[in-house]
Amino acid sequence: MSARRFTFHRLWAMVLKEFIQMKRDRVTFGMMVGIPLMQLMLFGFAINSDPKHLPTAIRAADQGPFARTLVAALRTSGYFTLVKEASTEAEARQLLQLGEVQFVINIPEDFSRRLLRGEKPTVLIEADASDPSATGPAVSALRAIADHVFDRDLTGPLAPLRAKAGPVDFQLHAHYNPENITQYNVVPGLMGVVLTMTMVVITALAITRERERGTMENLLATPVRPFEVMVGKILPYIAVGYIQVTLILLAARFIFGVPMVGNLVLLYAVSLLFIAANLAVGITFSTLAKNQLQAVQMAFFFFLPSILLSGFMFPFRGMPEWAQWVGSVLPNTHFLRIVRGILLKGNGLAEITPELWPLLAFLVVAMTIGVKRYRQTLD
Amino acid sequence: MSGSDYAIDVTGVTKRFGDKTVVNAIDLRVRRGEIYGFLGPNGSGKTTFIRMLCGLLTPDAGTGTCLGYDVRAQQAEIKRHVGYMTQKFSYYEDLSIRENLDFIARLYDVPDRRAAVQHSLERLGLVNRSHQLAGELSGGWKQRVALAACLIHQPQLLLLDEPTAGVDPKARREFWDEIHRLAADGLTVLITTHYMDEAERCHRLAYLAYGNLLAHGTLVEVLASARLTTWTVTGPDLLALADSLRGRDGVEQVVAFGMTLHVSGRDAAKLDAAVAAVRSPRHEWRKTASSLEDVFIGLMDQAKDNFA
Repeated sequence: MSARRFTFHRLWAMVLKEFIQMKRDRVTFGMMVGIPLMQLMLFGFAINSDPKHLPTAIRAADQGPFARTLVAALRTSGYFTLVKEASTEAEARQLLQLGEVQFVINIPEDFSRRLLRGEKPTVLIEADASDPSATGPAVSALRAIADHVFDRDLTGPLAPLRAKAGPVDFQLHAHYNPENITQYNVVPGLMGVVLTMTMVVITALAITRERERGTMENLLATPVRPFEVMVGKILPYIAVGYIQVTLILLAARFIFGVPMVGNLVLLYAVSLLFIAANLAVGITFSTLAKNQLQAVQMAFFFFLPSILLSGFMFPFRGMPEWAQWVGSVLPNTHFLRIVRGILLKGNGLAEITPELWPLLAFLVVAMTIGVKRYRQTLD
Repeated sequence: MSGSDYAIDVTGVTKRFGDKTVVNAIDLRVRRGEIYGFLGPNGSGKTTFIRMLCGLLTPDAGTGTCLGYDVRAQQAEIKRHVGYMTQKFSYYEDLSIRENLDFIARLYDVPDRRAAVQHSLERLGLVNRSHQLAGELSGGWKQRVALAACLIHQPQLLLLDEPTAGVDPKARREFWDEIHRLAADGLTVLITTHYMDEAERCHRLAYLAYGNLLAHGTLVEVLASARLTTWTVTGPDLLALADSLRGRDGVEQVVAFGMTLHVSGRDAAKLDAAVAAVRSPRHEWRKTASSLEDVFIGLMDQAKDNFA
């Protein structure tokens, strides 16, 4: 009667077979390792919502020590890289127009004099604001610089001027990532994105490939059960998922210097749930798709909201309510919170439990649909 | 029940896809240890019928047993005791021969798996190639691998769907020798084919066209039931002769076989009269026993008229 029940040896047969096929398919395996690395480089290095080293031109009518202090302070802030010196207003305007610089800093003739008189000299900053997200952080950094830049110069008899130096005290208080380093947020988030992308695609192909190559007919003629086929196809890719997790964590630590406050063992443990959920989605697509092309299309249909509505690209709380609803269903949304929570905030099991339930529910539903859709006959 | 004389015993088996009836109320009994040949034109429902026997398709109507198990309710049990060889090679091309056999053996939970795999490699002469990927093999070798794979769990019934299509004559001959050895050991074999010489090596035959079972029985029975009379003609201008014969009363089929023409009809008297009308000393006429091919071409023509 064992034909009707789940058996471990049949599951193991599937697992072994999948492993051998994975080993033979070098290109796919290479992609599974290559995609995380490529995405890390793209998102980790290329995309940066807190751009620094912006090209800046300076037009200094006053070359005095105070002006030099100001320029040095701008440079050390990291936001401004001085690439040009403009001598006339027209020249400065042209640099902006051509996009050669993002900022022009104008230091007036009477800068030092007015400063010493306590008259609050005005430094005019001209910015190329066509991309506001590029200039925003730099502008707010400027204000902070202005407040304290002359602290060291204005000593002794000049000390009373310090009080008047700052017009308003802008203070930004950011938790967990006070320097607003984008990578701290993006790199942990990438773990969810990479896993979603590769895990769903690879398993979406799993059953459609068997069907297209004609091996499905043979598989169906054997006593193997749907659950054994599905789990047998999922298990080997869980191992691949863990390789990806490890790659990203290593890069996060050693390339991007992302702080890891929390417990990595906990992170590895809960990753299992997320990896399995994605694989189950893929398997379910695989039972729905008629051919491999359709399977890949379905995978991308799932991947887009996972990247856009999960809080990876845009702040989750900034999205309209309907988008938040869609986002809440997606495993990636919850996994992102878990990863960022563990790595950046040092969350423990208690804090992440509210995010585990939706993942588990998603896994069960996806798996059930997959097993139900898997036909044991060719009818 | 499994002690019954019949490995396959089904009545009224029917399968429809949409409004098309692919298999129409077929009754079939196959004795244990018998080699049963299944013939018929492409699209006649042979593959569909086999898939219903091994639990891959559920019949829309009809009842019966396969190895004593109900074909509708006990598909899981049937799968464990049947070896099914698909028309197209359907093992993993990116796995080696040994890995394929090992995989199948694990799925069937074959006792003493290693020995079973080794034994089947030896039996089919695959030992030296066992590490070759299945995808790199030629048609004849693939066919051997497929046979080895569907025998590995020692099934009681072998269902072979056009196993020798695209296989060279020598490999075909060896394949049939193997089938006969297996049958001698008590295995029941149902095999579909388009080759007449293979049909003649079966213990019993069935002819299927457009989903209907048109003839069945031993070779002699099938030939006799057709009640066909056949003349063979040799000589010059056979093409012109064929044209003048076609359409005459009593002449049902005129088929060229190389340098001879086969002229057949079911009404012997009318056929003889028609032949007498065109007969001349230029050709050599001889009345012969109808061949299986004559019979099947006749059956196919009739089926076209009746069902198509």
